[in-house]
Amino acid sequence: MIAALTWLLLYQLTGEILAHVLALPVPGPVIGMALLFLTLVVRGQSERPIPKALEQTASTLLQHLSLLFVPAGTGVMLYLQLIVDEWLPISVALVVSTLGAMTVTALILRVMTHKKSGADHA
Amino acid sequence: MPERITQTWVYLSATPLFWLTMTLVAYQIAHWIYRRCGAHPLANPVLIAVALLLTLLQLTQTPYDTYFSGAQFVHFLLGPATVALAIPLYGQFQRLVGLAGPLLLALIGGSLTAMLSAVFVGHWLGGSIPTLLSLAPKSVTTPIAMGIAERIGGHPSLAAVMVIATGILGAITAQTLFRWLKVKDDAVGGFALGVAAHGIGTARAFQVSETMGAFAALGMGLNGILTAISLPSLMQWLKPLLQ
Repeated sequence: MIAALTWLLLYQLTGEILAHVLALPVPGPVIGMALLFLTLVVRGQSERPIPKALEQTASTLLQHLSLLFVPAGTGVMLYLQLIVDEWLPISVALVVSTLGAMTVTALILRVMTHKKSGADHA
Repeated sequence: MPERITQTWVYLSATPLFWLTMTLVAYQIAHWIYRRCGAHPLANPVLIAVALLLTLLQLTQTPYDTYFSGAQFVHFLLGPATVALAIPLYGQFQRLVGLAGPLLLALIGGSLTAMLSAVFVGHWLGGSIPTLLSLAPKSVTTPIAMGIAERIGGHPSLAAVMVIATGILGAITAQTLFRWLKVKDDAVGGFALGVAAHGIGTARAFQVSETMGAFAALGMGLNGILTAISLPSLMQWLKPLLQ
């Protein structure tokens, strides 16, 4: 588990260094994710592309992904007054844009994959 | 003796150990409730854990900074967890290659909808400029959204709160919405949930199926990159419209 965590941190650190040196707008962890993905694609030829320890640690972390958002979510206490003052624009904007983004993404993807599978059947 | 207890409390309540432990305990309770409710989306574990902690912090009159000095160790793990998303993503590699075109188009549509509708609806209902700027990056994961909000002139920690509210909202409504839209493919639903509701949506998607989780991770990662690149310049020409 420690070895796996070390690898994850090394990828994150590399991502962080690249983001700063190249002045990229994308945060370090996202670059780290892309780098690890590329590594796995390259290793894909080998018998076991994902080391077992890494797979287990990743699965433990991701199973409890919700936990990691709790500290930032508790930060709502700093903004209670602002949220009370602007509750209407905040709540409507949140609902419209979250449901809107899910609907648009799902519908575009469904239409485009539908056409493709339809063409396959024909 | 009561004085001893007071002294111990004064000491403990200021240590990182106490608030770190409370964060984990609150999550365990929330997760227990979530499982007891048959993983019902309304029993969202983030929502319940935050509510428990807010009550405790309010009762003990603890400032957020004191709380965060302990909770930051959990917050820190967001970084390695984001890197770890590469692993389920790799599991779907074959499907990803075949779907590259549709996924990219759906991503652009969903990402623009999330950013623009949040800013315009908020503006139309009289939201202040800093609030709108903190709402704009709400669909991407916390560390990215905080970075963007800072760059465009919003409040980073308010952006984090908006991000989490968005994630909870997406996680709660997704399955009902997809049933209503007749979206049956877990890959389609997962991708939409990841684009719109980042890590909390992804956490929910993993509860439904491995495929849904992997596509949610992809949607979250890609939207994080797209929003980070596009939002600062998008706000450049949107800002004059909001005055």
